[in-house]
Amino acid sequence: MTVTRAPADTLSVLDRPNSYIGKTVPRPNLDRLLQGRGQYVSDLELPRMAHVVFLRSPHAHAKIAAIDADAATRMPGVISIVTGRELEAVITPWVGVLSHLKGLKSAPQHAIAVDRVCWQGEAVAAIVATSRAAAEDAMEHISVDYEELEAVTDMRAALDPAASVIHAALGDNLAFERTLDAGDVDLALSGSELVEADFVFGRHTGVTLEPRAVVADWNPAEARLTIYQGTQAPHMVQNIAALHLGLREAQVRVVCKDVGGSFGIKVHIYADEMATYALSKLLRRPVKFVADRVESFNTDIHARDHRCRGRIGVRPDGTITAFEIDDLTGIGPYSMYPRTSAIEANQVVNLVGGPYATANYRARARVVFQNKNVMCQYRAVGHPIACSVTEGLVDLAAAKIGMDPVEIRRRNLIADDAYPCASPSGMKFERLSHHASLTKLLQMMDYDALRAEQAALRARNVHRGIGIASFIEVTNPSAAFYGVGGAKISSQDGVAVRLDAQGSVICQTSITEQGQGSESLTAQIVGSVLGVSMERVRVTLGDTDNTPYGGGTWASRGAGIGGEAALQAAKALRENILNVAAAILQSTPAELDIVDNGVVNAADGAPRIDLNELARIVYFRPDTLPPGIQPELMATRHFVPRQYPFAFTNGVQASWLEVDTETGFVQLLKHWVVEDCGTIINPQLVDEQIRGGVVQGLGAALFEKCIYDERGQLTNANMADYLVPMSGEMPDIEIGHVVSPTQESELGAKGAGEAGTAGAAAAVANAVNDALRPFGATITEIPLTPQVILTALGRI
Amino acid sequence: MNAPVPVSLLVNGEPIDAFVLPRLNLADFLRENLKLTGTHVGCEHGVCGACTVRLDGEIVRSCLMLTVQAQGASVETIEGLSDSGEIADLQAAFRERNALQCGYCTPGMLITAQDLLKHVSVPDRRAIREHLSGNYCRCTGYQAIVDAVEATAKMRAERGV
Ligand code: FES
Ligand code: FES
Repeated sequence: MTVTRAPADTLSVLDRPNSYIGKTVPRPNLDRLLQGRGQYVSDLELPRMAHVVFLRSPHAHAKIAAIDADAATRMPGVISIVTGRELEAVITPWVGVLSHLKGLKSAPQHAIAVDRVCWQGEAVAAIVATSRAAAEDAMEHISVDYEELEAVTDMRAALDPAASVIHAALGDNLAFERTLDAGDVDLALSGSELVEADFVFGRHTGVTLEPRAVVADWNPAEARLTIYQGTQAPHMVQNIAALHLGLREAQVRVVCKDVGGSFGIKVHIYADEMATYALSKLLRRPVKFVADRVESFNTDIHARDHRCRGRIGVRPDGTITAFEIDDLTGIGPYSMYPRTSAIEANQVVNLVGGPYATANYRARARVVFQNKNVMCQYRAVGHPIACSVTEGLVDLAAAKIGMDPVEIRRRNLIADDAYPCASPSGMKFERLSHHASLTKLLQMMDYDALRAEQAALRARNVHRGIGIASFIEVTNPSAAFYGVGGAKISSQDGVAVRLDAQGSVICQTSITEQGQGSESLTAQIVGSVLGVSMERVRVTLGDTDNTPYGGGTWASRGAGIGGEAALQAAKALRENILNVAAAILQSTPAELDIVDNGVVNAADGAPRIDLNELARIVYFRPDTLPPGIQPELMATRHFVPRQYPFAFTNGVQASWLEVDTETGFVQLLKHWVVEDCGTIINPQLVDEQIRGGVVQGLGAALFEKCIYDERGQLTNANMADYLVPMSGEMPDIEIGHVVSPTQESELGAKGAGEAGTAGAAAAVANAVNDALRPFGATITEIPLTPQVILTALGRI
Repeated sequence: MNAPVPVSLLVNGEPIDAFVLPRLNLADFLRENLKLTGTHVGCEHGVCGACTVRLDGEIVRSCLMLTVQAQGASVETIEGLSDSGEIADLQAAFRERNALQCGYCTPGMLITAQDLLKHVSVPDRRAIREHLSGNYCRCTGYQAIVDAVEATAKMRAERGV
């Protein structure tokens, strides 16, 4: 690990003796999951619980002329069959726009389609029955009369004035457009060598292993709705459900226990989930919805789906003079609610060229409606697109002037001593470490030796390639992401800590756990700051009745924002504990410290009073305390970054692979990542987050694609036909770190969750092109399937 | 075909008698009838491996099997393998190595890994990756899982088990 600077001048709370910060400790509560004793929403059963199954449109675009459910209603076990029109009485429609994305438009979306369906998979009726099987049986007996309408599927054709308009009231199929023009691109390009390419990104999806699942339980006697849902943002779900069901927030509780994978898939609120909440209210009983895998493919948000034309200017000495992009992205028939489907395109505009010092940058991004499943934010929003375009262009520029890909990066990456600075797109960088990261990466992979090996093998007709991809990463988002646009998505997080009557610590946090280790990092921070062993810290999360209000876990904010709130809350509790300890011990707080679950003398470490004993006195014998003392053994703190809208961070990846030029198959041999996430709380958790992210990026690079036909039918909506990385194809992934803590917080942590996904596809694509260089073939499309590769090689 | 039929089997050593619909798959039977929710369902079409259980000593995908096909058989689920202590060392290695994130694939992964270790005493990484390549993990990137299985194999070999 390379630390680029010391965290702070003074000894911080993080450097206390026995600190858990920076240590690999196993996550608490893992045994539950290891023994199959977790509690996922799909496991949950409640008394009187009914099951809902949705009848979904087989057409991408059609009018619903009539629905006949008479026969189905008489089927055994059926409780109710509800159409969109009937559900409208319980839940209001929504429009997924944000005011800071100027001009973004969308149409009102209903929980269940009313009159018209806009994608294959949109629900047209809900069948509620005593079991899922009974509901599915009944579903077979519903007949729907559809009048098929023209389906707009290709995003380029969608903008043609002759194309049919999906939502007539909106006038056209353009949901959003953003342009940016910084510096003088034309001037810069006129004196440079030019390289241009069309980058194509397949539509893919998250494929969380546990499908989306909800149990909604309206209790008419309490007038309260409890929503059990695997979500990344419980308070957001609470707010939205209340808003559209006409309830007060206090009438809605969201509980989220174990979640079987999320990756941004479960940070949204889907129409079928809204329908489930509403059905529970309508039918006055608990209702459970668990998507089956085919439904997941058709309704979980899809991601990416971009076509981006990119241009780069370069001088013979390697100086990059300008970047220019024109990006088109297809988002399905609605902008997703409440985060909107325009954020990714916006992010692409923000991030292209980001690692480089080039001041000339022009961009246009257009976001287009189509009759396909909705598309929205998935892990590393916009990053893989921006990184692939930027790094693809940089490699093309290097090839054009005959420069080594490493050398061109060295000459253009923003210098490590240039900070703070801003990008041409207006992003503020507090401190990045591109050069330190690249240097470390080259050491780890032994770049020169690999190049030599590549050359030797090439002579034997074995074609291996090296691909490098630098990237910047958005983490710790402030209100600038959603709040400024009017969305009720909290950017701050809160943590409450209290000392219980036996001297253990209870900690409630608004961040959530989906397996990345939120519980662990919270316990590590709180234990370290308080001087309490981790086993004595219990973390509660994922329950809007029992945690402070906050954003949850998305956009790599858990450690940086939730972690800082935990640190500040623990500091406040520590102060309270030392105050009361001083009163009991007739000392002063400054003379005392807490170490190993007990109060000790700060000077010599001599034990003074155990926390257990202190808590006993405070809770059970307050009569023995000096008069005027009311100890507060609980403290709450909230945090959000204010100075920088995002804690931008950075990293670099490298891929080493072999292309079989006969079959078009790519074999990944090794992958390296160097990443800078500031203060590392638990090295193992950070590394595993990055590895998991890399593999999701590798999936996009090589396998994953939602394949639609021209009528808007998703043709590979199952796990057998939609390929994802499996253990057999994945390489070992080596991870290194450069550490530049953010000064915005005492903890100094930045996020690491997007890093892997951000750069993996770009590194692979560059490596494939590197391998194919002797053939004069260049590919700027992912996934890099054998077909794509053989086509580029002219073999098919 | 729609009337329940009797079925008798052993689940984690416990004799179970039940009436089930012929179409009920074993995964749903374990989860819904017996409340053994440790057996997870990821795809219901035999691809992801989350529903892996042991049937008369062999691993099977319980979503691809009908409950009536398990008539007279002995079924072991993650709960049974945990309580017997058979995979305690493997579970500890997973914990040490953070070889799980969301934990949804984990029961199937552990049962599949144990199956490999029963057949091959010290498999190399390639063999581990191959054997696990019918089990989908979306979170970890697999490397930690391979490490944990490899470590367990070595430890068992040292202990002579
Ligand atoms: S649920 Fe059985 S293999 Fe996926
Ligand atoms: S840990 Fe989440 S699927 Fe494997």
